[in-house]
Amino acid sequence: MGLALITLWILSVIVFLAGQLLPGDPGRAILGPLAEQRAVTTLDHQLGVDKPLITQYWNWLTGILHGDLGTSYTYQQPIRPFITTALWNSLKLAAVAFLMCVPLAILAGVLAALNVGSWKDRSISVVGLSALALPEFVSGVFLAIIFGIWLNVLPLDATPPPGASPATVVYHLILPAIPLTLVLFGYIMRMARAGTVAALEADYTRTAVLKGLPRSTVVRRHVLRNSLLPTITVVATQVGYLIGGLVVVENMFHYQGIGALVFTAANSKDFPMLEAGVLTIGVVYLLATLVADISYTLLNPRLRLGGAE
Amino acid sequence: MSAEAVPAPDALDVRDLDIAYRVRGSDRSAVRGVSFRIGRGESFGLVGESGCGKSTVALALVDYLPRNGRVTGGSVVIDGRDLRSLSKGELRRLRSRTVSMVYQDPSRALNPSLRIGRQVAEVFEVAGLARAEAVDRAEQALARVRISDPGGVMGRYPHQLSGGMQQRVVIAMALAVEPALLILDEPTTGLDATVEAEVLDLVAALREEISTSLLFISHNLGVIAKMCDRVGVLYAGELVEEGRAREVFDDPRHPYTVGLLRCIPRRGRLKDAGWLDTIPGFLPSPGTQSAGCVFADRCGLVEDRCLAEHPPLYPIGGGRGSRCHFHERAASLPRAIPRDLAEPAPAEPGATLLEARNLGKTFSFGGSDVHALSGVDLELRPGETLGLVGESGSGKTTLARLLLGIVEPDEGSAMELDGELLAGTTQRRSTDQVKSIQIVFQNPDSALNRRHSVRRLIGRSLSKLAGLRGQALRDRLLELTRSVRLADRYLEVRPVQLSGGLKQRVAIARAFAGNPRLVVCDEPTSALDVSVQAAILNLLYELQRKEGVAYLFISHDLGVVRYLSDRICVLYLGRVMELGPAASVFSPPHHPYTEALLSAVPSLDGGESDRIRLDGEIPSPADPPSGCVFHTRCPRKIGAICETTEPPLDESEPGHAIRCHIPLEELRRLQAEPTRSVPVGD
Amino acid sequence: MNALPAAEAPAAGAIDAGAGQARRELLRELLHSKTFAVGGVIVAFWCFCAIFGYHIGPYGPFDQDLNSVNAAPSSAHWFGTDQLGRDVFSRVIAGARTVLVVSLVATLLGTVLGTILGLVTGYLRGWVDETISRFIDAVLSLPLIVTAILVIAALGPSNVTLTITIGLIFAPLIGRTVRTAVIQERELDYVTAARLRGENGVYIMFAELLPNVMAPVMVEFTVRLGYAIFTAATLSFLNFGIQLPTPDWGLDISQNFSEITAGYWWEVLFPAAAIATLVIGINLVADAVEGVLDR
Repeated sequence: MGLALITLWILSVIVFLAGQLLPGDPGRAILGPLAEQRAVTTLDHQLGVDKPLITQYWNWLTGILHGDLGTSYTYQQPIRPFITTALWNSLKLAAVAFLMCVPLAILAGVLAALNVGSWKDRSISVVGLSALALPEFVSGVFLAIIFGIWLNVLPLDATPPPGASPATVVYHLILPAIPLTLVLFGYIMRMARAGTVAALEADYTRTAVLKGLPRSTVVRRHVLRNSLLPTITVVATQVGYLIGGLVVVENMFHYQGIGALVFTAANSKDFPMLEAGVLTIGVVYLLATLVADISYTLLNPRLRLGGAE
Repeated sequence: MSAEAVPAPDALDVRDLDIAYRVRGSDRSAVRGVSFRIGRGESFGLVGESGCGKSTVALALVDYLPRNGRVTGGSVVIDGRDLRSLSKGELRRLRSRTVSMVYQDPSRALNPSLRIGRQVAEVFEVAGLARAEAVDRAEQALARVRISDPGGVMGRYPHQLSGGMQQRVVIAMALAVEPALLILDEPTTGLDATVEAEVLDLVAALREEISTSLLFISHNLGVIAKMCDRVGVLYAGELVEEGRAREVFDDPRHPYTVGLLRCIPRRGRLKDAGWLDTIPGFLPSPGTQSAGCVFADRCGLVEDRCLAEHPPLYPIGGGRGSRCHFHERAASLPRAIPRDLAEPAPAEPGATLLEARNLGKTFSFGGSDVHALSGVDLELRPGETLGLVGESGSGKTTLARLLLGIVEPDEGSAMELDGELLAGTTQRRSTDQVKSIQIVFQNPDSALNRRHSVRRLIGRSLSKLAGLRGQALRDRLLELTRSVRLADRYLEVRPVQLSGGLKQRVAIARAFAGNPRLVVCDEPTSALDVSVQAAILNLLYELQRKEGVAYLFISHDLGVVRYLSDRICVLYLGRVMELGPAASVFSPPHHPYTEALLSAVPSLDGGESDRIRLDGEIPSPADPPSGCVFHTRCPRKIGAICETTEPPLDESEPGHAIRCHIPLEELRRLQAEPTRSVPVGD
Repeated sequence: MNALPAAEAPAAGAIDAGAGQARRELLRELLHSKTFAVGGVIVAFWCFCAIFGYHIGPYGPFDQDLNSVNAAPSSAHWFGTDQLGRDVFSRVIAGARTVLVVSLVATLLGTVLGTILGLVTGYLRGWVDETISRFIDAVLSLPLIVTAILVIAALGPSNVTLTITIGLIFAPLIGRTVRTAVIQERELDYVTAARLRGENGVYIMFAELLPNVMAPVMVEFTVRLGYAIFTAATLSFLNFGIQLPTPDWGLDISQNFSEITAGYWWEVLFPAAAIATLVIGINLVADAVEGVLDR
C-alpha cells in the first residue's frame, strides 16, 4: 500500500515532467509559430507556466488532490468531466472484453494442459500464441473486414445511437471488445496452461493419484487449486494492459473512452488533458495491481498464515 | 526364493522387470531383468547408488513412470493381482487399498493449499467412508503416527509443519488403510539424523501394529540394515545381489557389494589406519548395452568370461543370489588402491593457527533477533582436522561463514590468524589472510560457475590468490590438477560434463590454489555417492598430509566426521555443547546431546544403537530456552537447575570440555549402562 | 519435457567432449523443432524483403497510377491499389524495412540496457535496487503504448524517437526478468567463492553472473523482438512513427482504414496480414528458443 503510494508519486513526477517540461513553451505550442511573442507571454502567464518548476508542480499536484484536474488547452474547460465520462465508457468496454475473455481463456488453457502433447493441446497453443502476438489493430482489421464488411453482422461503430437499450450498447461493443481482449486471451491461456502442466507434474499430484482418487477429483481439488492461483493474479494485473489496447481500439472504432481521450490530447498537444488522462490510467493500473496482491494473499495460505519455522 | 510356502499370495512379486526411457526417439534401458519377492509382513530393502534404477523400479510398481518411461517386459504382481491386467478402475482401487508410497521431500508431497485434515481424510473418503467419519479417522491416523496434537495439526497447512512432522503426515496417509504393501523411497533423505531416527522408529513400530509388507528404497546402507529383513543390491539397472540383510552386509558375494562396503568408513575406522578403498571407473552411461556383466569394467576380478557372458543371478544357498560368475571368490576382490599410507604424517608444531574468542552472530528478521551463534571459543592448530557436528540450525554453517569472512560477527567477537587480528569481512582482510582460509562447498554444481572451463575456474584462483601469471601459472595449474588426480584432458571442459566426484576435485583444487592454511569443508561429500565419497576423503587426507593444511570439517555423517577428525566440536542452537579429541567425544562420558546424535545413527554393523531419542523439534534460535538451551529435549535432564542456569563449558578432562550440569562421573555411570554399544568409535 | 526423472539422471560419467558441445546440442535441438523451422522461414522471408523490398516489387512503392485508384486485386495488381493508385503488393513488400529496423534496434537497445540494469539491481540489492525498482514500477504502471504516446507527444514523432522510446521502455521490462535470474544466481556458492578470492563487484557481475543469465537474456530478446514489432506497428498505426509517404504497414493501414466502409478492404487486409505473419513468425521462433533454453 505504502509502496503503491510512492510509486504513484514518482509516476506523477514523470508525467508532470514529460507534460510540462519537454514540450518547451506551452503558449507557443498552442498559438503556433506565427503568433506574437507578447501574446505567447500573456498566455504563458495565464497558464501559470512562467512560474518556477517546483511551484508549478506543487500547484498541479495540490489541484489534483483536490479533484481539480486543470483546464484543457483545446476546450478551455475543466478537464474533470471529460475524464469521468471517458473512464466510464472505457470501463463498459473493458468489462465486456473481460467477461468474454477470462473464462474462455482459463478453460482453453486447462483443457490444453490436461491433454498435453495431443492435437488438442497443440491447436489450442497455436491459437493462443497467435492471439498473443497480433497487435490489436491487426486483429481489429481482420475482424472488421470479416464481420463488419463481408458478413455485415456487426456494427463498425462502437458508439450506439443515443437512447439505445443496454442490449444494443453491448451489441455495438462486441466488435471492438474482441481485438481488445485477444492478446489478453492468449496470455491468460498460456499462463493457465503452464500452471496446470506444472501442477500436474508436481509431487503432491502424484500423492493424490497414488491415494487412488478419481482423476476428476485429482484435477479439481489438487491440480486446479494450485495452478489457477497465479493465473488469477495475472488476470488482475493485466487490466493495465487492457488499457493500452483501449487507445488503439477506441480510436479504430470511434469510441469516446479514456484511450481515445489520451490519443486526441496527444495529437492536439493538449498537455493538461494528456497528463490527467495518463495519470488516471496509472491510478487504475495501480489499483488493479493492489487488488491482485490482496486477492493472491487471501487465496494463498502460505502468505495468509505464517510458517512454523 | 523363500523356502516355506505361504498360503496368502506374496505382497509383491516382481519378475524379469525391464523398464526403458524414450530419449530422442530411441529407448534407453534403465532397468533390466529385475526379479524379487516380498512375502507377507516382510521388509525388503533395495539399495544402490544414484542412477542405479531404484526409484524407477518404485515408480513402475505403482504404475506412475514419467511419460517417456515404459515397462518393456516382465511382470509386477501385487497382492496376487498382475498390474498389467488391471483396468483403470481396478488400478485406482489397488492404489487406494493395497499399495501406498512415501517418497523423499515430504514438503512437496503434500498439497500446499489444502489443510492437513482434508488431505488425510481424503484417503478414507476414497475408501468409501462418509465425510464426517473420514475426518474422525483422519484424526486417529495422525495420532497413530505419534503426532501429539492431531486436532490442531488437522487445521494447519503443510508449510506450517516441520519436515519431520510433514513426513509423519505422509506416512499417516500411506498407512491409513493398512495396505498390503508400503513402498518407502528415500523417506528420510534430507532429514536430520535425529529426525530420521524418529521416523524410522515410527515406521518400525507401526509395522508391528499392522502387518504391512515393506519395500524400503535407500542409498543409505545403514538405514537399510536397520529396517530390512532382506535386501537387494541394484547396480546399473540390474539386481546384482540378494539375500538376508545381515548376511549381505557381513559377507557380500558380489564384487560391487564388496567394493561398496569397503568405501564406507565403518567400525570406527580412522584415517591413520590407511586409505579407504574405492571403486574405480564410472557407472556405465544409461542405455549402453553390454554382452557381459554390467560391472565388468570396474571389477578387479574380471576375466574373459565376464565380458562375453551375462551372468545369471546364481542361487548361492540360504535364499541368497549373486549375479557374478565368480561369486565364491567375490570377497577376495583386490583393493583398488593400496591401504598403506606412504609415509608417516609430518609432525606439526603445536602453535595455534586460528583462534576465535566469544564468536557470535545475531541476525535480525522482521524486528526479532535470531542468535545463530553465541559465545563460541575455538582454537585450530596447523594440520589438524576439527569436525563440526550438530543438527541443521545448530549454527555449523554460520560458524564457517564467520571464519571465512562472508558474514561479519557481532561486536565483541575476536579472531586471530597466526597471532594477527583477523577482520570480520573478507574485504578488510589482507590478501595473505584471504588466501589462507578457503572453502570446499557441499554442492559442486552450485560452487563452480557452469559457464567457465576447468582451466578458467582454477586459473583465476591461481592468478588472484597466488598472484601467478603466464608460464608460472600454467605450470602450477597442471601441478595442482594432477595433485587432485584430475586428468589434463578435463582442463578445457565445463563442469556440466564432469561427474559429481570430478567436480568436487575441481572445487578442491580451487580451494588449494593459494596454498591455504585452513580449508573449511562444508559437507563436501554429502552430495556424492558412497563410492565417490571414499575417493574424495582419501584426497582430502592426502592433501592434508602433503600441505599441512588444517580442516574445519562439517558433516552430518558422524562416521565420516569420526574418520577424518582429530578433534570434534558439537554445536546446539549456536552454542558449543562439547569440544574435545574425537575419541573422547565419541565415547562416554559425553554430553547427552552428543549421546543422542550418536544413537540416532543407523548402524551398518549390527548391535542396536541405544534408544536415546530426542523429543520434538530443535527450538527456534529466535527464542532459545532458558538455562541450558538443550533442556527441552534432553533425555537426561536432572531438574530445575537445567531450566534456570546455563551450565558452563567445563574442561572435565584436559582438552575435553562439556557443557552440562551432570557431573562427569555421573555421566560416565549413566552412559555405561549395559545393552548399549556406540555405533562408531573404538 | 525431462528426458529422465531427476533421481535417475545419468551420472555424467567421464564424458569426453569439446567445450562447444553443449552449444551445438542446443542448436541441433532448435533446428529439429518444427515451430522454429516455420517461424524461421517466415522471419527470413521478411528480412529478405526488408533488404531488397524496394527493388523486387512489380512496381515502385511510390509509383502512382491515377487511372486505377482503389482497384480490386487483379492479375495486374495482385493485392489491388490504394486511394492514390499505388500498388499494395509492392508497398507491402517494401514496408517490411521500417518496422524491422525500428524493432530490431529498439530491442537491442532495450536488451543491453535492461541486462545492465538487471545485473546491477539484482547483485547490489539494498537501496540502489529499492530506488531503481520504485522508478521502474512507476514507469511500468503505464501501458507501454500510453508511455510511448506521452513521450512522443512531447518530443514529436519520428523513427528515431520511436526506436529510442521503445528501447528505453523495454529496458526496465527486460531488467526485471534479468534481476530475478540474477537474484537466484547470486545465492549460488560460486559467487561466494569469487568474493572469497577478492573479486570486485564489476567482475562478479559481468564475468561470473552474466554468462549464467544469458539464457533468460536471449529468451527475453526474442520475445521482446516480437513485442517490439507489435509496438512499433501499433505506434505507426497511431501516426507516431515514420511519416508519409514511406511505405509502412501500420501507417498504410491507418491511412486506408476509413476506406473499408466503401468496400476497399484489400488496402488494409494485406498490410495487416503482413504484420500478422511477421509477429507470429517471430513468436514461433521465440517459443522454440524459450523451450530449448528454459530447461
